[in-house]
Amino acid sequence: MVSDLLPVTAKGAVVRKGGKTILGPIDLAISGKGTTIVMGPNGSGKTTLLRLLHGLDRARDGSVSWNGAREDAHAAQAFIFQTPKMMRRSVLDNIAYPLRVRGASRKQARIKAEDWATRIGLGDALNRDAQALSGGERQKLALARALVTEPAILFLDEPTTNLDGGSTREIEDILSQALDTGTRLIMATHDIGQARRLADEVIFIHRGTMSAHQRATAFFEAPASQSAAAYLRGDIVE
Amino acid sequence: MNDLWRGLSEAVRLIVSLDAALIEIVLRSLQVTVSAVLIASLIGLPLGALIAVNRFRFRRATIALLNALMGLPPVVVGLIVYILLSRSGPFGVLGLLFTPTAMIIAQVIIITPLIASIAHQAIRDLWAEYHDLLISLNTTKRQRMATLIWDSRRSLLTASLAGFGRAIGEVGAIMIVGGNIDHVTRVLTTAIALETGKGDFGLALGLGFILIALAIVINLTIHTISQTERGGRW
Ligand SMILES: Nc1ncnc2c1ncn2[C@@H]1O[C@H](COP(=O)(O)OP(=O)(O)OP(=O)(O)O)[C@@H](O)[C@H]1O
Ligand SMILES: [Mg+2]
Repeated sequence: MVSDLLPVTAKGAVVRKGGKTILGPIDLAISGKGTTIVMGPNGSGKTTLLRLLHGLDRARDGSVSWNGAREDAHAAQAFIFQTPKMMRRSVLDNIAYPLRVRGASRKQARIKAEDWATRIGLGDALNRDAQALSGGERQKLALARALVTEPAILFLDEPTTNLDGGSTREIEDILSQALDTGTRLIMATHDIGQARRLADEVIFIHRGTMSAHQRATAFFEAPASQSAAAYLRGDIVE
Repeated sequence: MNDLWRGLSEAVRLIVSLDAALIEIVLRSLQVTVSAVLIASLIGLPLGALIAVNRFRFRRATIALLNALMGLPPVVVGLIVYILLSRSGPFGVLGLLFTPTAMIIAQVIIITPLIASIAHQAIRDLWAEYHDLLISLNTTKRQRMATLIWDSRRSLLTASLAGFGRAIGEVGAIMIVGGNIDHVTRVLTTAIALETGKGDFGLALGLGFILIALAIVINLTIHTISQTERGGRW
């Protein structure tokens, strides 16, 4: 089903906010299977790129197009926000919500949600108020809520920032299971180790422009831009 | 001071003796106000949500108008409803003037803007919080509105209770359209106005204390009910 939606193509896409250009122009095509990792310093435009592709931010100039209608593409995607958004509901109802929106019965949705909550390690917190969860628990909930709909494309904006080593591993395991079932991952991260573990290809964003887009092995051996090389060395890149 | 004490003892006497006239006007007060709050909530809450979620041409103007209408002088509302319902008015044939229905109509007009305005604020704040998530999850407009209304139900309850507070204590409009007719349209507030006019301050105050107690009891009851439902989170 992934092949139905990909490639996604950006042509001269520009995002402006608050009167200035914060991303672009971007020319890019993402296709194939696996994981695309988006790297770059703080404020470089990673979140904006993901939002642009998902359709949350619109291209002021240029365009973003999926293989097929925008609506169909959007419906087959899920997005995990950098700061997870908790609804004023229980953990269970948060995870069940996307299924309810898609027309599942309350009972069906809850059964599936409970299954995902358990897989993600929130099985003991089903009836807790989601807004009372810790930062790491929120990120887990957001992952469960995204995966419960079995999206073809999953965007993740730094999904393991607040997690400890053990939880990060658990989540990476769940992500590789999702990959096995054919989900395409597009993920921003600051964690170079994580990028090495997960990436099939890497996009490097610097000051709102894409300075590298390479296969992962090539990127980590010989990054296509100086800023990317400096970033990998651990130098301060602005 | 003396009058206050007489008022209190009058209130106690009326309640303890289960005064038939008192019970009748308390029930009518509740009937009129609760009906008005229900109708105004049915209009005002979705209206607030609609304005919060949808972009349309006269949105800002609508919000400004709503806020202005919150301050409507009840006497003027009463006067206008009176003219509309009076025998020679456009709705005269319905024969509604000097009935509880006329009082409900006036109160609905007075409190709907208040309920809609508070609901709008609550839902707008929640919409800002939920916006990206609900867009990302591909929700329809209807689903967004339903989700926002449901998840802000506690604030919306507060909106309705504010409407209740305004309506139960209102006298100007319902005096005009209801006429304070004994056994027909007399309610707590109009009875208080009447007794005050007659100079019977003890009875007027007694009724006043009962009115205040009634408002407190209703608010507490509803808060307690909604609290147990939420597991006492707020
Ligand atoms: N609404 C906005 N108005 C003005 N500027 C914005 C707005 N949103 C984002 N920006 C700016 O756009 C730039 C890119 O932001 P973005 O969130 O995409 O960065 P990022 O790479 O995700 O950063 P981080 O690693 O900190 O998450 C930043 O400089 C940010 O300040
Ligand atoms: Mg970001």
